Amino acid sequence: MKAKYLLPLAVFLVLVGFLAAGLKLNPREVPSPLIGRAAPAFTAPYLIDPAVLDLAVKPNAEARKELAPKEFTPQELLGKVWVMNVWASWCAPCREEHPLLLALQRQQVAPMVGLNYKDQASQALSLLQRYGNPYSVSITDTDGRIGMDYGVYGVPETYVVDKQGVIRLKHTGALTADDVQRKLLPLIAELNKS
Amino acid sequence: MNCALSPVALYLGWSPCKGEWGIRSLMRSVMQRLVLMALCLAAVAVCLQATSSWAKEAEPLAQDPVMEARLTSLAEQLRCLVCQNESLAGSRSDLALDLRREIRTLMRQGQTDEQILAFMVGRYGDFVLYNPPVKSTTWLLWAGPFVLMLIGVGVLLLVLKRRRLLPEPPQTPEQQARLQVLLKNSTPPTSTPPPSK
Repeated sequence: MKAKYLLPLAVFLVLVGFLAAGLKLNPREVPSPLIGRAAPAFTAPYLIDPAVLDLAVKPNAEARKELAPKEFTPQELLGKVWVMNVWASWCAPCREEHPLLLALQRQQVAPMVGLNYKDQASQALSLLQRYGNPYSVSITDTDGRIGMDYGVYGVPETYVVDKQGVIRLKHTGALTADDVQRKLLPLIAELNKS
Repeated sequence: MNCALSPVALYLGWSPCKGEWGIRSLMRSVMQRLVLMALCLAAVAVCLQATSSWAKEAEPLAQDPVMEARLTSLAEQLRCLVCQNESLAGSRSDLALDLRREIRTLMRQGQTDEQILAFMVGRYGDFVLYNPPVKSTTWLLWAGPFVLMLIGVGVLLLVLKRRRLLPEPPQTPEQQARLQVLLKNSTPPTSTPPPSK
């Protein structure tokens, strides 16, 4: 048979190759324009149960202000490599990556900031109580405005920020053990060296 | 007879596999159909109510028609990231609601359409634009179809040209023989047209 007749077959196989590769791509993995840019500044209240706060110092607004811890800003972590994990109690994939986050916290890899996204404080807190708290700092984003600045569109999302406060990694969706071993840990180790 | 189910027989109350038409199975099927009909009606009623409550949610439209028209035209150019094949204008996802609210706020602050698009692209990347800009990472997307078409036309022209230049293939002995027979049987060509009767 002449090679000429094999050409359509070859073209077909190339097409199949492209389609097969396309099937494996994850359409949710949208490259973030924020990588390599400074992490957007924000101030976020810490995750605390408003009911608890209310009970403690209900009548005294002044005391209440004092009791409520001041707000968190990413500025506080300048000079450190840190991880921000966006999560919510209503998010099922967050439950999947939870053990991995707990392991990360146990290894003391980096400060872990948990941004509780569009959630109710009481539910978020009870979840952390039941399954363990992987976060060094827990903050809230009730209306999703902080998430918007970070380009959050699918919870959970995980960010790695370097010592200069520049976002170096954005991961959309639940982390897998493979993601942690091959992406997160090497990047954090490398950033810690520099 | 096996249990071949005829929909008509079933409808008329024939109980399959038992092979009987009995009045009981007829009654049962009538009851079943009544229950089904009631369920359908209930579902329709629920749907109607749901749509009427959606209509209430779209109220901001009336507040400032000019701004809402601008919002819609902007949001139609933007992709909803949660349900990726929907525009921001058409999506009912939480994030789309938030982003529309944010765009309204930006408009009230007097930002231009370009500034608002830049706000979106700065957070979610070119992916949010249904009309991506031409640049180094997207030139393949824009030029790809034309390049493919040029290649196709080029190949076609080449094939046609080569075919024209190709010499007639030599005839096989069988073809030669057949040609001879045909030539012998046909009337020899004459220089003058045959006389008409």
